[in-house]
Amino acid sequence: MTVALQSRALTKRYGRRQALADCELSVPAGRIAGLVGPNGAGKTTLLHLAVGLLAPTSGTIEVLGESPASSPAQLARVGFVAQDTPAYARLSIADHLKLGARMNPGWDDQLARRRISDLHLDPRQKAGKLSGGQRAQLALTLGIAKRPEFLILDEPVASLDPLARREFLQGLMAAAVDQELTVLISSHLVADLERVCDYLIVLQDSRVQLAGDVDGLLSTHRLLSGPRCDTAQLPPAWQVISASHTDRQSTLLVRSSEPVSDASWSVAEISMEDLVLAYMSNATVAPSRDRTLEVQR
Amino acid sequence: MIEFHLDSRSGVSPYLQLIQQVRQGLRLGMLAEGDQLPTVKDVVGSLAINPNTVLKAYRELEYQGLVAARPGVGTFVTKTLADDTIAAHAGLRTDLEKWLAKARRAGLDDESIEALLLTTFRATTKEAV
Repeated sequence: MTVALQSRALTKRYGRRQALADCELSVPAGRIAGLVGPNGAGKTTLLHLAVGLLAPTSGTIEVLGESPASSPAQLARVGFVAQDTPAYARLSIADHLKLGARMNPGWDDQLARRRISDLHLDPRQKAGKLSGGQRAQLALTLGIAKRPEFLILDEPVASLDPLARREFLQGLMAAAVDQELTVLISSHLVADLERVCDYLIVLQDSRVQLAGDVDGLLSTHRLLSGPRCDTAQLPPAWQVISASHTDRQSTLLVRSSEPVSDASWSVAEISMEDLVLAYMSNATVAPSRDRTLEVQR
Repeated sequence: MIEFHLDSRSGVSPYLQLIQQVRQGLRLGMLAEGDQLPTVKDVVGSLAINPNTVLKAYRELEYQGLVAARPGVGTFVTKTLADDTIAAHAGLRTDLEKWLAKARRAGLDDESIEALLLTTFRATTKEAV
């Protein structure tokens, strides 16, 4: 397995404020990785570190085996679509493509032009006159026509309406297949990424709360409900992520690689959204047994 | 060629929905031996889902012996699930359409129709066993 992004103890401070702390990540190549977390969690900081717009305060990060922005060759292999998919308002679409061709050695002009015409956009149109969805598509076109191996996108769909959001993700997924891209895409909404990503990173309070293969995460987490129990009495192989109790019933989110054989528990699968929310509401406590968030109802 | 669609409220994962739609297509004769399934790029380009979801569904169908992948060309149907009963489908469908129209005239809404169909179906399946 080749690794697209690897970080060790990656930390970024702005003055006294900690934006990212001890971030340990290993994102495999060829995946569509979703970076999820609330606003202010450190998503943009992590992405800026990954493209070399920021330097770490301590720790290391490698993207495609090299330090970000360490050479023109490394820069050419990584594409970046910044937050809110910016474009130069007074330049036309054609100007943007010309700029892309001048600035990127691997520029695929045919791909860029075909995409613009498939989107029914007029190349003479000024970027400032485009709708949010059209501007996002222009930014995506620039990002993929540079022919990177790894495309990083910071909240590209946050400000789009549902239709434009879907069209953007359709284009992104088709490009991922076509160009065998590795993708890292952030969003504060899990629902946006639920169907598109196969690797998940949950960031909250400047720390990575959860990271891993989506299928693996979903198959090792289970929602259990059953008669009221004492969490200290549960099997040691169970890592309790969250627990809530009424006077008769307990509901647990448990991480365990073994199947639950105890018939007194009714077992349900968990959706990605519920999984993310559980880890987010757990963020201030480390995921260990004795410090599990408990809610008394 | 069939076109996939996803029901986001069904609670069924996209992976399973793709498999079900191919199996249904095979059962109803909409897909026959030799037909090509949509390419992964076409599916993700229209449904905005992860490419690996499509690959996984196609691999499962291959494992079930229903399709085969020809590298560089695409995925093709190798077996049909439609049997001799397919000839009876058209007549049964017309009967069902008549019945549905009758149910609507009687004032049943979609939810009531679905509930009635499902409970009757279950009750008669039990009898048959």
